[in-house]
Amino acid sequence: MIAFSVNGKKVQVDVDDDVPLLWVLRDHLKLTGTKYGCGVGECGSCTVHVDGKAVRSCGTTVAQVRGKKITTIEGLPARHPVKLAWIEEQVVQCGYCQPGVIMQVASLLAEGPKPDPEKVISAMDDIICRCGTYPRMKKGIRKAVQLMGKGGAKS
Amino acid sequence: MSHTISRRTFLKGSLAATGLTITVSVTPFGTTLLNAAEHKLGEASFKPNAWFEITPDNRITVAVSSSEMGQGIRTALPMILADELEADWKQLRIVQAPVGDAYKNPVMNSQITVGSISVRGYYEPMRKAGAAGRMMLVKAAAETWKVPEAECTAVLGTVRHEKSKRSLTYGQLCKAAAKLEVPKDLVLKTESQFRYIGKNMPRVDIPDKVAGKAVFGLDVEVPDMLYCVIARPPAYGAKPVSQDDRAAEAVKGVRKIVATPNGIAVIADSTVAAWKGRDALNVKWDKGSHPDMDTASVEKSYFDGLNKQGVVVVNNGDAKKTLEEAAKKVQATYFVPFVAHATMEPMNCTAHVQSDRCDIWASTQGQTMTHGTAMKLTGLPPEKVFVHTTLLGCGMGRRARPDFVIDAVSASKAVGKPVKVVWSRDEDIRYDPFRSATCQQIEAGLNGQGQLTAWSHKVSCGSILRFSNPAGIKNGIDIYSLWGIFDWPTTPVFNHTTYELPNWHLEQVLSDLPIPVSPWRSVQNAPNAFVMECFMDELAKAAGKDPVAFRMDLLKNNMRARRVLETVAEKGGWGKPPPQGQGRGISQHSCFGSYVAQVADVSVDEKDGKLKVHKITVAIDCGPIVNPGPLVAQVEGGVIMALSAATKEKIEFANGGVKSSNFSDYRLLRMSEAPEIEVHIVKSTEKIGGVGEPPVPPVAPAVANAIFNLTGARVRRLPLSPQNILAALQNK
Repeated sequence: MIAFSVNGKKVQVDVDDDVPLLWVLRDHLKLTGTKYGCGVGECGSCTVHVDGKAVRSCGTTVAQVRGKKITTIEGLPARHPVKLAWIEEQVVQCGYCQPGVIMQVASLLAEGPKPDPEKVISAMDDIICRCGTYPRMKKGIRKAVQLMGKGGAKS
Repeated sequence: MSHTISRRTFLKGSLAATGLTITVSVTPFGTTLLNAAEHKLGEASFKPNAWFEITPDNRITVAVSSSEMGQGIRTALPMILADELEADWKQLRIVQAPVGDAYKNPVMNSQITVGSISVRGYYEPMRKAGAAGRMMLVKAAAETWKVPEAECTAVLGTVRHEKSKRSLTYGQLCKAAAKLEVPKDLVLKTESQFRYIGKNMPRVDIPDKVAGKAVFGLDVEVPDMLYCVIARPPAYGAKPVSQDDRAAEAVKGVRKIVATPNGIAVIADSTVAAWKGRDALNVKWDKGSHPDMDTASVEKSYFDGLNKQGVVVVNNGDAKKTLEEAAKKVQATYFVPFVAHATMEPMNCTAHVQSDRCDIWASTQGQTMTHGTAMKLTGLPPEKVFVHTTLLGCGMGRRARPDFVIDAVSASKAVGKPVKVVWSRDEDIRYDPFRSATCQQIEAGLNGQGQLTAWSHKVSCGSILRFSNPAGIKNGIDIYSLWGIFDWPTTPVFNHTTYELPNWHLEQVLSDLPIPVSPWRSVQNAPNAFVMECFMDELAKAAGKDPVAFRMDLLKNNMRARRVLETVAEKGGWGKPPPQGQGRGISQHSCFGSYVAQVADVSVDEKDGKLKVHKITVAIDCGPIVNPGPLVAQVEGGVIMALSAATKEKIEFANGGVKSSNFSDYRLLRMSEAPEIEVHIVKSTEKIGGVGEPPVPPVAPAVANAIFNLTGARVRRLPLSPQNILAALQNK
């Protein structure tokens, strides 16, 4: 049994230590908001927060998160500035990669509410969106920064 | 707001006469609107499919036939209907349509979301269905109040009688309206009366996607479901030689090993257990049909195609003689490699085959195809096969293929339980039916005035139809693979191109390699436009003319193409110097009923061949516009996907199979490489065109032309990678 917390709830799973967190979330805990994209940490679709930091859940084993706090897209507050900005700027196309993208941006903005453009690009270059929503993501990030400045909801 | 419901559930309400249900019958002669209530008695065999239904709770349920893959179709089609129906947007309940004849897109007579046909195909029938509903509701109100119909008006889900200050909601009127016949002469709104069409409406699918609640194919959860992965042959035509069933079955959670049409299925309690089982199964394969095939031999084979006798597709005038007499001859050979669809959601499918029914949950672009595939595999009649379409994590043409449906239905049939088949990213790339490579040679002649006199073109390419519909190859010609060289299917004749080409000879040689190919966003328009539009610039240079002026001479009777080219030239600063250190290129292409021209601003580091695309300016004429926001998003996305393929993507082969395997060796464009994109919509009242695909083809040639204008190096081989750019710089 491996115990950790997901979105504020304590969970225990009976799986091998080497099972990626991604598949524990999806197949065992039925939290399918976190997506499988590549399995090798190249695309970012599987991004979740572990103790507040963005990590790729495909390359993190369940044993590595023993006792830790996981937040998935389902656990990020509905009025989180990034979620609100993503709706306002209509960033999403197919939307498959976006839970990971939103988690990545939320973590980036949690580190500092006004990241410089270079920091944004370097954090966001770790993700892939085949629909090509990059221009809208940039707009979404600017909007989220604005919303945070106005004292919008915190993560 | 979006749900999938079965047709049975949908019609249970309507056939119990709970309200007004407009259904349609699609025939080869067009669509016929029907009132479901008219047919509920005495016509046991009549199986209408509802397009929309108004119920006494004042809700309007709209069924969307097309697959939502990010293009915003679950918003656009209801907008069209709601506008003509004069419904209040808030009263709509938008559902995914089940599979059904009535939901077939009139453009292709199939329920399929490809070819940028969704708005094009449903625009008119959806408007008519809405207008019919509005007129019936108005008539019902007039009859209720015993006043002339002309005194009643439909406004936002109500019918009003101004004189007597009375009004009734659609919910209150729906039962009375259900007793009326569908009017024969429909009065459609004029453009100035549009309430939703042409206005920016937020997409209905976005909130759930942002919340992480949206259900894609891979997220489907069916009670008692098992997970399945498939061991597939590493080389084309390879057969299994040995496998270790015992070792696989010993893996915790593995339930069954079974042979399926596409490989050996490992069925287990979880995806990870199935993968571990597959590793343990350790299938050994023979070397397949082309054991020595690698990237170099594949490319050589395509180049060798140019030396083979091709099938003559077009032979207008006398290209050979005119070329001999030409004042100037220009010849060039181009090569475009194979690229993968690489949708973000890897292929997957869930199926539950039972003795008396089969359910399929799939992120599919083709409901009719999915339905037919399952019927064939199960032997069940059409009414026993149910297709539940989920959201799609990108489509790009990939999800119109049946392979993942075959996997899931076969596995479920074997194990007697619901089974979800999951493709790994490696499988998704290796077993992709790629966009075909192509190698093309053009020789053209110019007269003393620099006017085009002859165009002789040979195309060596893969055959899309060979892998999807061999019977579609007529006289040895695969029309899909030539799409974009001539205009098809907008003009169903071989001898028409966007440009007026005098003395035009076109030959095709189809590759006999076993590499499967299929439509990839814009089908072969993108590779073919790369060749056509780069060569246009080569000709303009040889003729000593400006590339825009040279094109305009050949587009005398194509006003829509001229207009986008003029617009982009103006907006993109054509004729003005680009920013310091940058080059500017232009291109135009029309397909799927729309016209697009682009200007690209680029810079190149001539030491390492590294390309930077700074800006792409786009002008598009797609006729009437339904939802401008998602339209612009489609253009932006199309440009970025096209730029990814044009500058980075290339499938590698080795040992008779595919070597590329994941995003680590098959690189896609990322944020730092995305240019600024400026979109100009050319206002047009012409016939409505597609939007998803037309922005793709002009990208590669605009960028390659910009590279030439900056450096003098003509890159005739995609991708526009440092390696290929350096090679062109050395050859200049």
